[in-house]
Amino acid sequence: MRRLRHWGPGLLLLSPSLILLAIFVYGLIAWTTKVSVSDEHNARGSKGFVGLENYTKLFTNDINDRFTHSLKNLLLFTVVFLVGAMFFGLLWAFILERGIKAEGFFRTIYLFPMAVSFVASGVVWRWLMNPNKGDNAGGLNAVLGSLGLDFAQSTWWTNPNWGMASMAIPAIWQLSGYVMALFLAGFRGIPQELREAAAMDGASTYRLYRNVIFPQLTPVALSALIILGHMSMKMFDLIMSVSGPQWLTEVPAIYVWQTLLTSDYAKAAAISIILLLLVAVVIVPYLIYTNRQEKNA
Amino acid sequence: MRLTRRAAVAAVGVAALLTAGACGSSDDGGSGSGSTKVEVFTWWADGGEKAGLDGLVSQFGTDCAGQTFENGAVAGGAGANAKSVLASRLQQGDPPDTFQAHAGAELLDYINAGQIEDISADYDSWGLKQAFPQGLIDNLTVDGKIYSVPANIHRANVVWTNKKVLTDAGITKDPTDMAGFIADLDKVKAKGIAAPLAVGKDWTQLMLFESVLITNLGAEKFTGLWTGATDWNDASVTKSINDFKQLLTYTNKDRDALDWTDAEKLVMDGKAAYQLMGDWEAADLDAKGFKDYGYFTFPGNGTTFQWLADSFVLPKGAKNAEGTKCWLKTVGSAAGQKAFNTKKGSIPARTDATPSDYPKYQQAAMADWKSATQAPSCAHGSACSQGWQGAANSALGAFSTNQDVAGLQKALATAASEFVKK
Repeated sequence: MRRLRHWGPGLLLLSPSLILLAIFVYGLIAWTTKVSVSDEHNARGSKGFVGLENYTKLFTNDINDRFTHSLKNLLLFTVVFLVGAMFFGLLWAFILERGIKAEGFFRTIYLFPMAVSFVASGVVWRWLMNPNKGDNAGGLNAVLGSLGLDFAQSTWWTNPNWGMASMAIPAIWQLSGYVMALFLAGFRGIPQELREAAAMDGASTYRLYRNVIFPQLTPVALSALIILGHMSMKMFDLIMSVSGPQWLTEVPAIYVWQTLLTSDYAKAAAISIILLLLVAVVIVPYLIYTNRQEKNA
Repeated sequence: MRLTRRAAVAAVGVAALLTAGACGSSDDGGSGSGSTKVEVFTWWADGGEKAGLDGLVSQFGTDCAGQTFENGAVAGGAGANAKSVLASRLQQGDPPDTFQAHAGAELLDYINAGQIEDISADYDSWGLKQAFPQGLIDNLTVDGKIYSVPANIHRANVVWTNKKVLTDAGITKDPTDMAGFIADLDKVKAKGIAAPLAVGKDWTQLMLFESVLITNLGAEKFTGLWTGATDWNDASVTKSINDFKQLLTYTNKDRDALDWTDAEKLVMDGKAAYQLMGDWEAADLDAKGFKDYGYFTFPGNGTTFQWLADSFVLPKGAKNAEGTKCWLKTVGSAAGQKAFNTKKGSIPARTDATPSDYPKYQQAAMADWKSATQAPSCAHGSACSQGWQGAANSALGAFSTNQDVAGLQKALATAASEFVKK
């Protein structure tokens, strides 16, 4: 009774969000899982349980290997996006941290793209990344052409092999500023005494960053990677507004939407669950890691 | 004391959230049984489509006194938004009194799910079987029953041209077969136009490919592809894919980045000579003030009229079935079809309409509609279900980049085996 009094009110206070979470997050995940092992392939409804057939079919027997193709697209997009955003974010944070003039101004400039929605910037990048070259060139290709850099003109996202790397450019543009803000906070969080101590020990600037500052930034870098990583895997709106739904740039999130439109509920659910697992593979170890860190602290 | 206060705060919080939830869920079920209201569910929310719907509504007002029209239009996404709203309403057993759907195979999902009613008997009593051409009646009939009333007809297999570009290239006659078309494309190309045939992304390529199929297979075998009567592994399909591949060499390289209106602009700007597109392009070109266009049926299609249509149905469990039937009767009537089609820029499904009520292109199409052989279109849902359409679009999208003839044929054959009505 006394123990109930101890944690009862807290539980009661939490219960609305617990109940809502249970229904709208975990309940719906369970429901999606159930649909994904059924044969509800059209508006007629389900006739029964088919086990993992929907999953195996996605990997082994999808027309034109559509699903594995969308996974490959996603992989290329994610790698380029993460590397690009981390590189520029760190670079800008480093420059600002070195004490540049008008820091507030540049910070705002770099952060600003984040305030724009992917849909709005996607439409603009669709114009910028116009795949025409030579006389018909538009957007970035026209700029390159007028600079006499015709060799650098690109087919951008319509390139069948490297198109998804171009697709990552708008995402990098948009989120580098965010990564910069994370790193900048990380730099500022490092106590001044450490720098002074390093200086006392006669460390060069290179040694200072290499052995003192960067190691302290590892948790920040990890957080940034996780945040960008899970955004990247669920990427939908940017690609929809740059290329629209089509084979060339299809990623799993768009494939889900496409199958849902054709009322293939079971297949859409199976792809959603795979997507959920992919994101979980990234997120869960991170949660465990931070949990441990907090306990140790 | 402190404890109880905390408990009280918690209790109030819970209560507040629960009330909020209750409020949120109390909105539905307000529609009731308004017995004289007919809720018409469409995705016609603006432009010529909205004007056509308005025309239909005023005709409905005179024909069906005592019934009131209720607009259930859901805008956006070329019908994609409306279709998902509709799917959930049908699943919840709350259908609108009637809804818009592409006539033909796209209705199969609804038919198989038992969500719409057989209206064959009304076809007889309204005289629609005589008013519509037999080819359309055949395409609409599923297991001897008809489920929808088409409001309009569009034609898919039309090539639109820029007359000036053709004159410059010395082309005076429309080609009538594939060889002639290729020869003309070469002539235009020789005049320095690198991509004489304008196409856009996947579904526009599917339209072009379907036209090539009709040329090589003829209307009957082509229709068979979608009913299971013709094998997709047939040599004539392989030939069609190769012809299509050759046609793609005359098209713009940035095709996957373009929608049909972007491709249309290439023709208007004289950067291309030809574009295959449905005949809504006539209304669009007129609206954009481009006068110098010509058109012909895709070379080799002969008298095949590849049609697509918007139609209305009677859902099972409609609250006002009587009113819906009156709506459907208006949609099928000569006056209703005129009110709708003169505004939307399509042609009536009826063969007894007066051509002089319509603009120039429509008059020609109406004459063809009477005498031509009807064939359905997959890119626009009259030949195949939505799932099949999605798979075909994706396969054409892949072909656009990899040009793999055997791969496309295999993909299409697999799609057919998955989706053909068993």
